[in-house]
Amino acid sequence: MRIPHRYFLPLLLACAPIHSQAAEFNLVQTDKSTLAFAYKQMGVPMEGNFGKFSVRINFDPARVNAAQAQIEVDLASIDTGSNEANDEVAGKQWFNTKMFPSAQFVSTGVKALGGNRYEVLGKLTLKGKAMDVAAPFTFRQEGAAGVFDGAFILKRLDYAIGEGAWTDVSAVANEIQIKFHVVAHAAPAKK
Amino acid sequence: MTTATRYTGTAISLHWLAALLIFATFPLGVYMHELALSPFKLKLISYHKWLGVTIFLLTVARLAWRATHTPPPLPKTIPAWQQRAADGVHLLLYALLLAIPVSGWLMSSAKGIPVVYLGLVQLPDLVDKDKALGDLLAGIHQVLNFGLLALVGMHIAAALKHHFIEHDATLRRMLPFIKGDQP
Ligand code: HEM
Repeated sequence: MRIPHRYFLPLLLACAPIHSQAAEFNLVQTDKSTLAFAYKQMGVPMEGNFGKFSVRINFDPARVNAAQAQIEVDLASIDTGSNEANDEVAGKQWFNTKMFPSAQFVSTGVKALGGNRYEVLGKLTLKGKAMDVAAPFTFRQEGAAGVFDGAFILKRLDYAIGEGAWTDVSAVANEIQIKFHVVAHAAPAKK
Repeated sequence: MTTATRYTGTAISLHWLAALLIFATFPLGVYMHELALSPFKLKLISYHKWLGVTIFLLTVARLAWRATHTPPPLPKTIPAWQQRAADGVHLLLYALLLAIPVSGWLMSSAKGIPVVYLGLVQLPDLVDKDKALGDLLAGIHQVLNFGLLALVGMHIAAALKHHFIEHDATLRRMLPFIKGDQP
């Protein structure tokens, strides 16, 4: 007997128990999640990360339209790789962490892009400025965990990150790639 | 067959080009080290690294020249111990002109800031990022540079002494744009 092609995927899904029941991933594993960034300084690829941030996610691959995400980043927890630079970016010309200790991202929607690819849209508030951002990401399940990996380019000057002499993008590039890796478990269904 | 009394044009060009770059790179290093972090400092550090890598490449070229040529002999009037001392200083200078750039490269790797030569060619990281190692290498880079300063000082003082006090041909062997000495 031959199974028509269009039945392959539904059959496969039906056979895999983990997929038979929709699960919402909303218990974020902070210690397994990372928030990193990459940029170019004098043409040299550089990397850093934020040590402290909190993420709230509600994501059910079966109901993407209802998905939500909120991220709050403690800007003073930045590690650029050197103490000198960490002190510098906390200052007025950069994050001005005294006035603006944190950055917030609040999603306005999630789109499925096909396969395991999605895009989250939302508002990023940084240094008193709120702007729309869109970040493509992938979602995959690893055992009980849902793993989100995404990245987007933030133009630092849009948020006045690096003022005065630091607006010189030949020294520190305007484009900062923000990379997030979030691990969340599914809460047991409430219904 | 006559032995050459002067260095070849290649050797002379390489020598003075290296001298010029060292005289730019050294004070640049001292100056930028003191600056507060700024785009200007980041630029100077990059230029310093590019200059330093260029000095390394020039040194390799000069050693290749030495491996394939015999330098013109020193004037016979110079005592043997001084000739040996001169050879020793030259050997140490070459060693430092390799070791200083390599220590700078290692330092950059350890500090997590790779070297992109002339903004074009990224050099591989020689060691993993390690703050303590980076600080140690910065200290080594500095100490080696003090050594270089001392040796270059002796090197220049000796050359000038031979030229202006002893009036011998030592320096003329390496000077550009002059006619060869008659033996
Ligand atoms: C022959 C070539 C070089 C010379 C003569 C030289 C000389 C110097 C000097 C005098 C300093 C100041 C040291 C101090 O005051 O602590 C310095 C600092 C430095 N050099 Fe070099 N350098 C050379 C090559 C390089 C190379 C190839 C690199 C990297 C690829 C490099 C990276 C650095 C860095 C990053 C500093 C700053 C260290 C700090 O601020 O802690 N140098 N150099």
